[in-house]
Parts: sequence; C-alpha cells; structure tokens
Amino acid sequence: MNLWTKLMCYSRRRSPWLFHMNGGSCNGCDIELIASLTPRYDAEQLGVRLEGSPRHADILCVTGPITHNAVNAITTVYGQVCGPKAVIAIGSCPATTNVFIDSRTLAGPLSKHLPVDVFVPGCPPRPDAIIQGVAKAAEILAERAAKKQPIAPVVMPLVGPGCGDACACSCAAPVVPEASAVKATANPAAPTASEVKL
Amino acid sequence: MNLTTALARLLIFPGLLFAVPAAWFFLWAERKAVALMQGRIGPPFMQPFYDFIKLLGKSTPPRGGIAGMLMKLWPLLAVSAAAGAVGLLPVLPSSGGFEGDLILLLALLELPSMCIIAAGFSSRSIFGEIGSAREAVLSVAYNVVFLLAIVSIAASQHTFRLEALAQLPASPLRWLGVIAILICLPAKLHINPFSLPNAEQEIYSGPMTEYAGPELAMWELSHGLEWVAATGLVATLAAPYIGIWWLAILVFLALSCLVVLLLSVVAAATARLAIDTTVRFYWQVTLIFAVLAVSSALFMRLRS
Repeated sequence: MNLWTKLMCYSRRRSPWLFHMNGGSCNGCDIELIASLTPRYDAEQLGVRLEGSPRHADILCVTGPITHNAVNAITTVYGQVCGPKAVIAIGSCPATTNVFIDSRTLAGPLSKHLPVDVFVPGCPPRPDAIIQGVAKAAEILAERAAKKQPIAPVVMPLVGPGCGDACACSCAAPVVPEASAVKATANPAAPTASEVKL
Repeated sequence: MNLTTALARLLIFPGLLFAVPAAWFFLWAERKAVALMQGRIGPPFMQPFYDFIKLLGKSTPPRGGIAGMLMKLWPLLAVSAAAGAVGLLPVLPSSGGFEGDLILLLALLELPSMCIIAAGFSSRSIFGEIGSAREAVLSVAYNVVFLLAIVSIAASQHTFRLEALAQLPASPLRWLGVIAILICLPAKLHINPFSLPNAEQEIYSGPMTEYAGPELAMWELSHGLEWVAATGLVATLAAPYIGIWWLAILVFLALSCLVVLLLSVVAAATARLAIDTTVRFYWQVTLIFAVLAVSSALFMRLRS
C-alpha cells in the first residue's frame, strides 16, 4: 500500500459525513441520531458531519421499517450517494421490521433493498451505540478503499440499557443476509451494558 | 512589481503555500470555536485536511455536455480567484504592488460569490437555484455597504494602492470603514446570521447540493481561501505599519485569528435570519453608516 492510499484510508476513517434517511420510522431513532451530535455526545470529534445533500455524504443512515412509499426514495438516494459509500441500519426496524413484522404496508427489512454494512440494534439505540456504529462504518469505508473484495455486514453489540430486557423485540439478533456466516463481532473497546453509566 | 515578486507573492507568501494551510486552519478554528462555545469538544486539528483528502478520493456522478464542464470550471475559478486575492494582500513591508491593486482585490474577492451563483444555476437542482437566487440577493445587499466602506477608506487616503493604504497612519475614518467591512464579512463568508445561501437542512446545501467529490473539495478550499482573504484584508487595514518583516507577519496572523474568533462568536451566538430581514439590515441600518463614512471622507478630501 503506497503512501497516498494510506493517507486516503486514514482520511476516510476520520471524516465520515452522514446523510439521514427516514424509511417510515417512528422518529425515535431519528431523535437519537441527532442526540449523538449534541454537546453530550458530540460525534463531531470523530469528524462526523450531518450533511444536507446525499451527494456530499459517505454514509447513509436509514431508520424505520421501510414502508412501500419509502422504497423508491431510499433506492434513489442510495444511488445519489457517491462512492465509496456505506449504509447503516439504525435501530431494530430496518434490520428486522421489529414489531411491525408481517405488516402489509411494509417492504422491509432494509437488507432486501440495499447492501447494509452496519446494523445498530436497539429500539431506539442509544447515541453511544450509533456513534460506535458510525465509527465501524467509517472503518469499513477505509477498508473498501484498500481492497476490492466485499466486506461482510457487521452487527454492533447492544450498548446501554436502551433495549435488551426492557422490550421484547428481536433486536438482539437482527436478520441479516447469510446470517449463519455473519458473527456478531463485538468491538473489544466497546463498553458493555453493565459498564455504561447513565 | 516585477514578475518574480508577483509569482513569489502568488505562490509562496501570502499566496498558495501559506494560504492553503491557513485556509484549513481557519476552517478548523471556526468549527472548533463554535463547538467550544456550544459546550462540545469539536473536531480534531487536522479535520479540514482529512475532509479535503477524503473528498478528492470520492467519485463524481457522470455529467456530460456544457453543464458538466461548467460544473467542473466554477470551483476551479473560485479557488484561483480567492488565491489571487490572498496573493495581493500587502503583508510584507515594501513588497511591491501597483496603482489600483485595491480594485483588483475587490474584483477577485467578489468572483467566488459570482461562481457560487453560476454554480447553483448550472447544477440544475431546484435547491441549487434557490440558493443561488439567495446568494445573488445577499450579494447585492452587502456589497453596497462593503464597496462604500472601501471607497471611503481609499478616498480619505487619496490612493487605490493597497500598500500605500497599509502604510499610512490610521485615521478615525479608517476605523469606521474597517468596522463597516467587519459587518459585511459574515454575509461574505456565509456564516450565521447570514448563512442564507447554503442554509443547511433548509434548502439542503444550496448551490452546492449537486456537487460531489473533488469538485466539492475545491469549493471547501475556496471557502477557506475566502476566509483568509477577507480576514487578511481587515488585518492589513487595521494593522499599524511595521518595518520588520517577521513582526509584520506575526501581527498579520494574530489579527487574522482575532477576526476569525470574532466571526465565530457571532456565528455561534446568532440564528439564521430570513432574506427580507437580511436585506433590510444592510440597506436600512448599515447603509446609513456607510454613507456617513463616504460623505465624511469626501468632506475631508475637499478640506485638505
């Protein structure tokens, strides 16, 4: 790997620009995504910027269980994001359609329509979990610049007391393509549920 | 000014070799200052550099025809105009210059904003067109005040030569002009409360909506260079004349940073104004101030 490629990988890891897309979400995850940019969590330390235009973005953050109305919009916006790009499914809805499963108004889950790179489970996920997912997606972006082979989707561990015991949804094990091949790769640096203080 | 000094000024100091890192530094300083004032930690020091490199490595959507060529041309034109404007600043003592370079500096400072207007319209995006229309209205609003302020400074000192202006002792009238320029800077740099053209989340990214990859990197760079040129203009007008070159550079840098900090405070403390309020602010409130400056400059000139 020459110097320019190394610099490019490093820059991609340090400057993830997000575009936020609502696929029929209840607004819970959207609020948490915005909360991750607020003074308490301050995702800008990682170089994160929430962009207004999908053309500027590197990472597409999708929330919601993907309704029939949203499918066209989401695939169009995915096409408008310039490569290299990554997709994060924020919350349990885009991963599994959550409590809306089998509803006739849904065309989800998201992985039927877009190649999802990172799943952030939770209903809604905590802002720390979202930031962790964005950092993981930025790493995937950098790897994508270095090598050409496809990278398997990553399921982030649950962070904090946001979900788990509190709700009975299936967010702990979201359905992903080739679910048997994918292991939930826990980030060793990530705080576990018991370590996180409120 | 002969060719060698002109090239040295354009390419080394205060031109590209100094101005590009300074542009990244000012972009970082503005983001960091706003973050600190909002109680956040803010982006790391190298952030604008990482953003620039990352954008260079991104792909752009294929665009054919004249529109595609124009969309590549506008950001390059904006960068070169802004870099030329920085190159004209009389930072070093006895660095040359020519009669009327103040007028050239004003034209070069205005060119990036023209490019932004043209860029929004040639991108054919509805949000780009709204942003361009806003930029055009904003430019008409603040430029009257901006130009009157510069004219009043030049008329009071009997010269359109930058170096002569920087060397002359500052009169009260010049301070009035500098304050009027300072009031115009937030509009020129599109920061709050005059961030109408690129109003994020309101009209997506305004004229920049359709730009991606290297073209967007050039826009970011031209924005940074505009910061250096605009704050540098204030710094050279406000700085006292210093004969020692390194001290002159230090004073220039310190004053520029001070202006950046001041503008960041304004940006963090205010919210975006609507277009009619902005135009009213410049045409009703600030214009009176600028007309006063010009009339007293003319009066002084008649008496002397």
